[in-house]
Parts: sequence; C-alpha cells; structure tokens
Amino acid sequence: MKTEALITMLIAVGTVTAVTGYFFYLVLSTPPKQEPDSYEDNDEELVRKND
Amino acid sequence: MSTKTESWGSRVGLILAMAGNAVGLGNFLRFPVQAVQNGGGAFIIPYLVCFLLMGIPLLFVEWSMGRFGGKYGHHSTPFILDSMDKRKFWKYIGVFGIFTNLAVAAYYCYLESWTLSWVWHSISRTFAGQSQDEVAGFFNSYVGLEMPFETIFFWVLCLLLNTWILSKGLSGGVEKVAKIGMPLLIVFGVFLAIMAFNVEAGVAGAINDASVGLNFLWTPDFSTIWSPKVWLAAAGQIFFTLSVGMGSIQCYASYVKKNDDIALNAMSAGWMNEFVEVVLGAAIIIPISVGYLGVDKVLEMTQTGGLGLGFKTLPFLFEQWGTVLAILCGVCWFGLLFFAGVTSSLAMGTPVMGFLKDEFGWKHKNAAWAFGGLVFILGLPTVLFFNYGVFDEYDYWAGTFSLVLFAFFEIILFSWVFGLSDLYNEWRNSDDVLPFKAMKRLPAWKEITTGADIKVPAIYKFIIKFVTPVFLGVVFFSSLPGVWDKIINKDIYQKIATTTDPKELELLNETILFVNASRLLLLLVFVGISFLVFVAYKKRKKEGRI
Repeated sequence: MKTEALITMLIAVGTVTAVTGYFFYLVLSTPPKQEPDSYEDNDEELVRKND
Repeated sequence: MSTKTESWGSRVGLILAMAGNAVGLGNFLRFPVQAVQNGGGAFIIPYLVCFLLMGIPLLFVEWSMGRFGGKYGHHSTPFILDSMDKRKFWKYIGVFGIFTNLAVAAYYCYLESWTLSWVWHSISRTFAGQSQDEVAGFFNSYVGLEMPFETIFFWVLCLLLNTWILSKGLSGGVEKVAKIGMPLLIVFGVFLAIMAFNVEAGVAGAINDASVGLNFLWTPDFSTIWSPKVWLAAAGQIFFTLSVGMGSIQCYASYVKKNDDIALNAMSAGWMNEFVEVVLGAAIIIPISVGYLGVDKVLEMTQTGGLGLGFKTLPFLFEQWGTVLAILCGVCWFGLLFFAGVTSSLAMGTPVMGFLKDEFGWKHKNAAWAFGGLVFILGLPTVLFFNYGVFDEYDYWAGTFSLVLFAFFEIILFSWVFGLSDLYNEWRNSDDVLPFKAMKRLPAWKEITTGADIKVPAIYKFIIKFVTPVFLGVVFFSSLPGVWDKIINKDIYQKIATTTDPKELELLNETILFVNASRLLLLLVFVGISFLVFVAYKKRKKEGRI
C-alpha cells in the first residue's frame, strides 16, 4: 500500500475503533443507577430488596 | 394514553438497538462510494468534522427530546414536540416523525427482502457459472417482476417477520434481534474484510491485489478538502448514516426514565455506527471489486451508487472463490445487509405503533399488525412499479428531503425555542439591561446532562445553538435547487429530449405518470397523519389531558 493511504487508513480506523471501544467500556463499567431505572433486567433485585 | 408503558430490557440492549437503528445498508453500500467520489482518504476529515459538529449534537438533541417527551407518556414526535412549546403548530411538524418512518419502511422493507432472497440464492447456487452480466441481469429481472411469485414472496416474508418481531415488544422483540443481529453483523463484516484483504493478483481470477483497492479508497486527495461539494457530501452521509431526522431515535429514547443517562448512550450508539461504517464498510466492497474489476471499471460503476456493486457484482466475484467460499461469503454479505436492514426497519415501526397506542389506546399487537398492513399497502407501488421510478421517488421525498427538513425544525425548536420563555422571565426579573447574556445560554442543556454518565463538553452548548443549525441550514437550502428540479421532473424531461428509441420514450412518459402519482400518494399520507394528529389533539383536550 502507498504510505499516505496506509497512514490515513490506520489513523481513521484506529481512532474510530479506539473511541468506540472507550465509550462501550464506559457503558459496561458504569454501575447501574438506583431502581427504578429504565431497564427490566435488574428489576427483580428491587423486588427482593423490597421484600 | 396507554396505561402500561414498555421498557428496555438492558442498557446494552438499548444501545445495540439504537446502533442497529443507525446501521443500515448505506454503511456498506453508500459510504465507500461517497469516499471514492469525494477525495478518497481525505473525505474522512470533513466526514469526521461533520460527525462532531452535526451528528453528535443531533444525537444529543434527539435522545433528549425523546426522554423529555417520555416523561409525559409521549412516544412519537407529534406530541413530543407539542410538549416542548406552547405553540400549536409543532405537533404538525412532528407529523414528519411518523410519515418518514412509514414511507421509508414502505420501500426499505422491499430492499431488505432482496437481501433475504440473495441469501437464499447464494445457498442454492443460483449464481454458479453465471457471467457478471448474467448476475446483473438476474437482479434486473427480479425487480422487473419477471419472477413475480418469488419477488413478492420474499417481500411479504420480510414484512411478516418485521411485524411479528414488533408484536413481541421492545425488550422481547426489537432488543432481542439487536442483541443477536449486531454482533453477528460485526462477525460477518470482519470475516468479509479478512477475505477482501487477502485478494491477490493472479489468484482465482483477480487482476489486482487488495492493496490497489485500499489505495484507491484511502489515498488522500487534499486538493478536494475545501470543495463545498465534498463537505455537502460528508454532511449528507453523516446525516443519513445516523438515522437522524426520522423520529425513531426520539421514540426509542422516550422509554428511558428521566434520571437515566442519555449522553453516554448516545455517544456509544453513535460511535458504534461509525465503527461499522468506517472500519467494516470501507473494508469490503471496494477492495474486492477493484481486485477483480480494476479501478476504472469500479469508478464507472460507483457513478450509479453502491446498490449495483452490492447486488449485481459481488455475487459474481464471490463465485471466483469456489463453491464453499462463494456460499459462505454470499450468506455473510447478504446476511450482514439483512441484519443492518432489519434493525433499522424495526426502529421505523415503533414510532407509528407508539402513536396508535398513546393516542387511540390500541393494543400493542394490533398496532404492530396495523403498521405491517400500512407498510404493505404503501409499499405495494414500490414493488409493482419499481422500474417506473416509484422506489426512488419514495427514497427522495421520505428518505432524503423530509429527514433534512424535520431535523432543521427540531434543532431550531431545541436550541432556540424550548425553555426560552423561562429564560425570558428570568431576564425580566434580573438586573441585566439587554437579553444577550440570557440568549447565550441554552436552557435545553440540562435535558442533555441530567443523569449523564459522562461529562458533556461545554463547547457543545455553543455548537448545538449556533453551529449545528447553520450546518443543517446550509445542507437544506443548498438542496433546494435540486428539489425544484425534482418537482418539475427535469431529469426525466432531459432524457425524453435526447431519446430516439420509441420504447424508451414510452417508458419515460409512463414514468412521469407514476412519479407524480407516488408524490400524490405520499402527500395524502402526510395529510392523513396530520388529520389523525388533529383528532388525537381534540381527543386529548376533551379528556382533559392537555
């Protein structure tokens, strides 16, 4: 590959991948908010606490 | 208003559904073609600048509007917009958020059905031994209804599949599909990118190495970087790839509770779309096509868009890799396009269903089947009269013009109208002599930052208030001459003037008739939805809900 094409591709692909990965990591690592929140999956925990 | 609202199953599910809404066939078919036509690697600079200055702000705005409207039990844009300002006309602007989804779904589901059909034909080896012209001819006869049973079968199958998934609800249907479809799409994309990167001149009929295609796509032509045409193309690409201006983001976000994050969710879904587009979208179609057809031929083919390359050329090129890889790559490519399509078309159904449920008390399943039925009726002309330009006409008015117009209105509402009366009263009661200090503030800012899991850079206050509206205004007003040309059918009349073939002349004259009829139909749909919004408003007033 031509050097300028390779550099452009690596910078573009690298930047987009890194930023996407960073935000998705933040989503996965941020603790859920206190119930009631917007999501059904953890609702049972609230029921258990209330019980 | 529906008494029990739905909710998302998980945060990751919501982000995948939102990313799936944005990721569409354009990520793989439109982006690489736009890049090739607008400066190659240099295109990425205006593209990413437009993403930062127009795409991300619009995502923040639409997520915020959706969550704000959801607080009042609204899940479609007519009454989301109505709740943001006391002036009554906003709800009729919000009609775009239903009209666009319905009209785009009408032709998009047909496009989606091609992918299903091409998966089947890849498995059943239809393209084995066919020349490139024969593969292209197969596509033309498919959309020309020369095999009507099959064309309509796959279209109806696709509609039924969409309707059935929608009838299962947000967490039970839409979210499940996104959780399966998005990871599969990425796996398929990575596999095809690896195959594309391994194309080698002289092997299996290839005339170029993959690097020739990658050079063609990524070599920056910096002389184009200040061209307004390139910036408009970049802005247009960002606009359409993110599915902004449709009302579907607002609908999905309206199921997020008022103290939950939207800022990080918006960034995460938006960047995931960019990953699919820039990393995967750029790595498949161009390197493979250039590897087998050469730069000049691909450049010529990109003039008619990416659809031809995707459906008429790639199946032929996959065949050069032998039976097993041809099947595998065909399934991966058209499977990937199917998942990209279905996650978007499902997002088009939810605002329509939300409107019927909120305003007329419809049950969820009934609303889903009503949506399916409406898409069937509205989509039928695009299937039957594809060759008469009906499909393109829907795409232009609903899938292009309406999006830009609606986004322009909503950014004005969010930045310059929403919450401004509070600010005005605040200024009246303060010692400030002039309102400029107050005007510089963005009252809607708190709608973006409430519950945010990231710190949104304060520069976005300025960008949302000034830069994004200007950007959108330029995109909209620069498109107006083209709109006028479209209205007067300039393109078709030019073709008529230069055509001597009586058959083609007859086709062009009939095309004018069908094009005008489809415009009338779309206009009637818009007026019909506006009437329903009026009825819903009267109903709300009567019930004391306003």
